[in-house]
Amino acid sequence: MGTAVEVRDLKAWFGKAEALHGINIAIETNHATAVIGPSGCGKSTFIRCLNRMHETNPDAHAEGEVKIGGSDIYAMPAVDVRRKVGMVFQKPNPFPSMTIYDNVAAGLKLNGMGKRHVLDEVVERSLQQAALWEEVKDVLKKKSGASLSGGQQQRLCIARALAVNPEVLLMDEPASALDPISTAKIEDLIFELKQKLTIVIVTHNMQQASRVAEFTGFFLLGNLVEFDKTEKIFTNPSDKRTEDYITGRFG
Amino acid sequence: MTRIRFHQELEDLKHRILEMAGMAEQAIDLAVQAYTQRDLALCRRVLANESAINRAEREVDEFAVDLLAMQQPMAVDLRFILAVIKINADLERVGDQAVNIAQRVMNMISHPVFDLPVDIPAMAGRVRAMVRDALKSFIEGDTELARHVLEADDEIDRLNHEAFSALSTTMQTKPDCAVQALDALSIARNLERVADHATNIAEDVIFWVRGADVRHGAGQTTAGI
Amino acid sequence: MPSRYIKIRRQLTDYFFTGLAAGLSVLVVCTLVAILAYLVLKGAGSLNWAFITQPPKPVGEAGGGMANELLGSIMILAIASLFGVPVGVGAGIYLAEYGRNRLGKLVRFTSDVLNGVPSIVIGLVAYGLVVVQQKHFSAFAGGVALAIMMVPTVARTTEEMLLLVPQTVREAAFGLGIPQWRTTLSITLATARSGIITGIMLAFARIAGETAPLLFTAFGNQFWSFSPNQPIGALPLQIYTYALSPYDDWHRQAWAGALVLVILIVGTTTLVRFVFHRRMLTGVR
Repeated sequence: MGTAVEVRDLKAWFGKAEALHGINIAIETNHATAVIGPSGCGKSTFIRCLNRMHETNPDAHAEGEVKIGGSDIYAMPAVDVRRKVGMVFQKPNPFPSMTIYDNVAAGLKLNGMGKRHVLDEVVERSLQQAALWEEVKDVLKKKSGASLSGGQQQRLCIARALAVNPEVLLMDEPASALDPISTAKIEDLIFELKQKLTIVIVTHNMQQASRVAEFTGFFLLGNLVEFDKTEKIFTNPSDKRTEDYITGRFG
Repeated sequence: MTRIRFHQELEDLKHRILEMAGMAEQAIDLAVQAYTQRDLALCRRVLANESAINRAEREVDEFAVDLLAMQQPMAVDLRFILAVIKINADLERVGDQAVNIAQRVMNMISHPVFDLPVDIPAMAGRVRAMVRDALKSFIEGDTELARHVLEADDEIDRLNHEAFSALSTTMQTKPDCAVQALDALSIARNLERVADHATNIAEDVIFWVRGADVRHGAGQTTAGI
Repeated sequence: MPSRYIKIRRQLTDYFFTGLAAGLSVLVVCTLVAILAYLVLKGAGSLNWAFITQPPKPVGEAGGGMANELLGSIMILAIASLFGVPVGVGAGIYLAEYGRNRLGKLVRFTSDVLNGVPSIVIGLVAYGLVVVQQKHFSAFAGGVALAIMMVPTVARTTEEMLLLVPQTVREAAFGLGIPQWRTTLSITLATARSGIITGIMLAFARIAGETAPLLFTAFGNQFWSFSPNQPIGALPLQIYTYALSPYDDWHRQAWAGALVLVILIVGTTTLVRFVFHRRMLTGVR
C-alpha cells in the first residue's frame, strides 16, 4: 500500500520537559490509524507534530524526522506542511465571522487561490465529501458557520479541511463533543474518506478506535508502547501495559 | 485498579461455571459408581440432577451475554467470557453423557450380570482425571496442564477402540450377552465423548490465556505453548 | 434542610441586593436623562436652521450660529480618527498577537501613562510638534492632538478584544496553512470587529468633547474655513468662549452648541453601529 507518514525518532518538548521520547512509526496510506492512550500520554502532542502545529506554542520544539509522502516536513515552510496535512480539532471551531461558504473556502481564499467558479466547485465538492451538502446547500451564504448544530459544525470543519486537498487528515478526538448520532455520521465519513486520503485519529474512546481504524498505536507517558492491527491490539495485545489499559485496569 | 465492579462480576461468572462443573463431575462419578455397584437408586439420582445442570447452563449463558453487552470487555476479559460460554456448553453435554450412562446402567441392571472384557471403571477413572485436570487448568489458567489434557485424549480413544474390538468379538462368541455388551459399548463411547469435552475445555483455556486457537490440532507450535 | 429562619434571611438578602443594583442603575440612567433633558430644555429653544448654517455674528449683533464650528469639529475629528484609529488598532494588534515580550510591556506601559496625561499637556505637545513647525495654528494640529489622545484607548480595547478571540479560532486558521499575518488580519480581527468598533467609538466620544487641547492647536476661527491648514473653530471651544462671556445671547447659543455637540457624538456612534450591524449575518450576535 505505501507509507503516508514516516516518523523516525521524533522527540518533542514543552520548554525543558520532554513530552515525546523518540517515536518511531509508519502510517499506512489510505487507512485510518488510531492513537489511544491515557490522559497526558502524548497522543495529542504527537499528531500536532505531524503538521507542525506543535511549534505554534512559543515554548515548544520538536526534533526528529517526519516524512509525509516522502518529503521531510522540516525541510519546507510550516504553512506548506499544513496544506498537505489537514487538521480537525476536538471542539468544532468554524470561523465565527464567516458564512458557511466562506468557511469552507477560507483555506483557498486566504492562501491566494480564489477564482470564483473554482471556489464554488471546491466548496460544493468538500461539503459533499463531508456529507453536509444536502443540509446546507440552500443557505451557504446566508447562515454563519456558528449557527449550525454541533455535529454539523464539526462536519463543516471537516469540509473546510478537505477543501485544501490534503494528503493526510489529522483528527484530534473529533467526536468527543458530539452526541452518538453525530458521532456515527462522522465515523461513516471517515470510512468514506479513507479511500482518498490517510487518516490519523486520536481518541480516548476505544470502541471508536476499534470501529474506524485498521491500525492502532498505544501511547503511554510519551512512548509508543505498541503499534499493530486494531484487531490484534483489542483481542490479544502483546504488551501487558496495553492490555491493562484496554481492559480498564488503569487509565 | 479501576472497573472494580466488572472484575467482581468476572469472578462471579467464574464461580458459577465452577459450580456447574462440580455438578457435571458429580453426575459422571455417580453414573460410574452406579455401574460398578449396579445401584438403581444412584441411576435415578443422576437423572434427577439433570434439570439442575440445564438450569445452571441457561443462567451462566445469560450472565455472560449481559457482561458482553454491558461492559464492552476487551482482550483477555473478552476471551475469558467467550471461553466460559463454550465451557458452559461442554459441561452441559458432560451432564447429558452422564444421563446416557445412567440409562445404559439401568438397562444392564435389569439383565443378568456378565463378565465383560472391558474395564469400564479404569477407563472412567482416566476420563474423570482428564475432566478434573481440565477444570483445574481453568481455575489456575495453567496452559501446561491444559496441554497434558489434550495429549491424554489419544489414550482414551485407544481404549475405546479396544473396547469396541473386544466387545464385538464377545457378542459374536457369546450371543446371550449381546444386550449387556451393547450397553457396555455404549457406556465406553459415552466416556470417550466426555473425554472429548474435557479436551474442548482445555482448548478453551489455552484460547483464553494465550489468545491462540488450538482446536483441531491447529496452531500448537505458533502459539508458543 | 436549612431552617425557615435561614431561608427567609436568604430571600431578604436577595431582594435587598437586587433592589440595590436596580436602584443604582436607575440612578445612573436618571443622571444621563437629566443631563440630556436639561440640555434640550436649555438649548432647543436656540436651535434653529440659522444656528447650524451661519457663522457667529460679532458681539452685540443678534443671531448667528455655530456653523463653522460644527464643520470645524467634524474636520478635526475626521483628521484625528484618520491618524488615531489605524495607529491605535495597529498597536492593539501588535500587543495582542506578537506582544508577549519586553517591547510589548513597554508599549503597554507607555500607553497607560499617555492615557493619564492631562489633555492640556497633550495640547501643548501638539503645539510644539506641529504649530511651532508650521508657524501657524491649524485644524491639522488639533487633529493630531486629539489623535494622540485616541491612541491609548483604542490600542488597549483592541488588544483586549483580540485576546478574547479564542485560540481555537487561530489554530483552525493555522491548521489550514494560513500564515500568521493573514490569520490576524482576515480572521482574528474580523472576529473581534464588534468589540474593536465599540472601543473606537468610546475613544471618539471622549475626544469629541475635548476643549483644552484645541486651545493652542486649532485655536478657533470666527469665519468659515475649509482648509485643514488654517486655524479653525470647534464646538467645545466656542461653547467655552460663549459660556464665559457676559452676554445672555451667547449663553443661549452655548447651550444650543452643547446640544448640537451631544447630537453629533450620539449620531456618529449610532450610525457606525448601524452600518456595521447591517453587515452582520443571521445567527451571529
